[in-house]
Amino acid sequence: MGVVHRAIKIVEWIGFVVVSLIFLFPFAWLVLTSMKSLGEAVVFPPKWLPSTVHWENFVQAWQSGPFITYFFNSLLVTLAILFLQLVTGVPAAYAFARYQFKGSKVLFGLTLIALMIPPQITFLPVFIQMSGWGLINTYVPLILPYAASAFGIFLLRQAFMQVPEEVLEAARLDQASEWKIMWKIMVPMARPVLVTFGLFSFIYHWNDYFWPLVMTNQDLVRTLPVGIARLKASEGGVAWNIVMAGNMILVVPILIVYLIAQRQIIKAFVYSSVK
Amino acid sequence: MIRRLLPYLYTTPALVIFLLFFIYPIFYMIYLSFTSWNLISPTKTFIGFENYKELFRSHDFLQVLSNTVLYTVFTVLISLVISLLLALWLNRKGRRYSFLQGAIFSPHIISLVSVSLLWMWMMDPQYGLLNWVFSLFGLPTLKWLADTKSAIYALILVSVWKIVGYNTLIFIAGLQSIPTEIYEAAELDQTPWWRKLTRITIPMLSPTLFFLLIINTTDSFQVFDTIQIMTQGGPVNSTNMLVFYIYQNGFDFFKIGYASAAGVVLLVLVGIVTIVHFKFLAKRVHYR
Repeated sequence: MGVVHRAIKIVEWIGFVVVSLIFLFPFAWLVLTSMKSLGEAVVFPPKWLPSTVHWENFVQAWQSGPFITYFFNSLLVTLAILFLQLVTGVPAAYAFARYQFKGSKVLFGLTLIALMIPPQITFLPVFIQMSGWGLINTYVPLILPYAASAFGIFLLRQAFMQVPEEVLEAARLDQASEWKIMWKIMVPMARPVLVTFGLFSFIYHWNDYFWPLVMTNQDLVRTLPVGIARLKASEGGVAWNIVMAGNMILVVPILIVYLIAQRQIIKAFVYSSVK
Repeated sequence: MIRRLLPYLYTTPALVIFLLFFIYPIFYMIYLSFTSWNLISPTKTFIGFENYKELFRSHDFLQVLSNTVLYTVFTVLISLVISLLLALWLNRKGRRYSFLQGAIFSPHIISLVSVSLLWMWMMDPQYGLLNWVFSLFGLPTLKWLADTKSAIYALILVSVWKIVGYNTLIFIAGLQSIPTEIYEAAELDQTPWWRKLTRITIPMLSPTLFFLLIINTTDSFQVFDTIQIMTQGGPVNSTNMLVFYIYQNGFDFFKIGYASAAGVVLLVLVGIVTIVHFKFLAKRVHYR
């Protein structure tokens, strides 16, 4: 029994190392490549460590496009979406959770349908509409279609339904307005769900490539993922060290956030899909 | 009076957005699919089902359709099997296990742009890390994305790597919701481990399994970023899939009606999976 037990232990450790490498090593490889000279990056068999760290790769990547603009656009678009989703989502979720009104089932059904329709299906007609209104290459097509989140309303509604009725009755006896009840009582009680949704939405829109790619064709309104992806195209023969240096701009901030708040982020993603 | 209007006031902003940007565009796309239009000319010509006929006569489109199905089936099945095994292994307490859970989940929060560029680099036929690993084990090196035979499998590999961690975590959540008494009872009966797996764990996990099956399938149908960045649908159309095909026909060839018809086909595919989700299979899955 002792031998079998030890053998299992060893196999488990090997599995542990192999699986860790498969998922973590690509990121390490990204970091290592970003610091090499082009000559060092493209030798075979690969050389693990750069002989000197080529910090100028990052400068070169950054200067290959208007990255300050991209960065600002990403921040603006992501924060605007988050803010609008909150402003439209909280009242809608409150109404669906706490009021009985004519047509509520139909309207909530509409929300569920919107939840089912992915942007990858609707991009062409939305683009045509936006271009008809002369709004392509403005922030409007980047932000407005996401100004309400069906998924967020769905999550928040669940949370609002769990607040005990007595809490609301007490507040109404105190003559609190519905608006006040919603923001001062319901929202604080639903805080964990709000944080979950906020993380989820921020990461999704910060990383999003598809929608900004489709809706923009000028640097003025492009976001970071679109800008980074263009590094590869603009280089002619691909200078992998520069592309990886550019890629670091996109990966490192989010990896750092992940390392700090790992438990919370995992909980957010698991919660938001299981509930 | 105001109180009766309140819920309508509260729901209107969100519903207007949904109507304008999700529901109306679907109808507009269906309408466009019956027209011939190049985006620039002022008139859209109504041509009935011509776009659909052209679509299903096109060799390219049929390949796109079969690529999409192949990609989806492989991605979903491989990632579900791997993540179920990982979940059974990692569903334990301890630093080591939570470290590994965190590690395999990390690709999920990284932008697909980064993931695509990174894997493209590792799949470089001449200097790529993967070919080095292959040569280490005495395996023949591959051309990865540059070969019509391997390119789609290379994309499948990337997407499995990206989603396995998420699926594993959801499976672990599912495993933890199974009441321990069931296992304790099986323990008393001296049930062997494989029987516990097939008679208890998998049936009790079926809602989770089904949830992941549905969302992985609809997500795979919509693959775009990796294709656009890594292969542009090539070589010779071998990795072209529905969303990229719609994008190409709309934005590169300006065949709006034709692209819309392809969009309707995608809508139908996603719709079928969703309806199956809600009506048919959901009832057969074992719920507690």
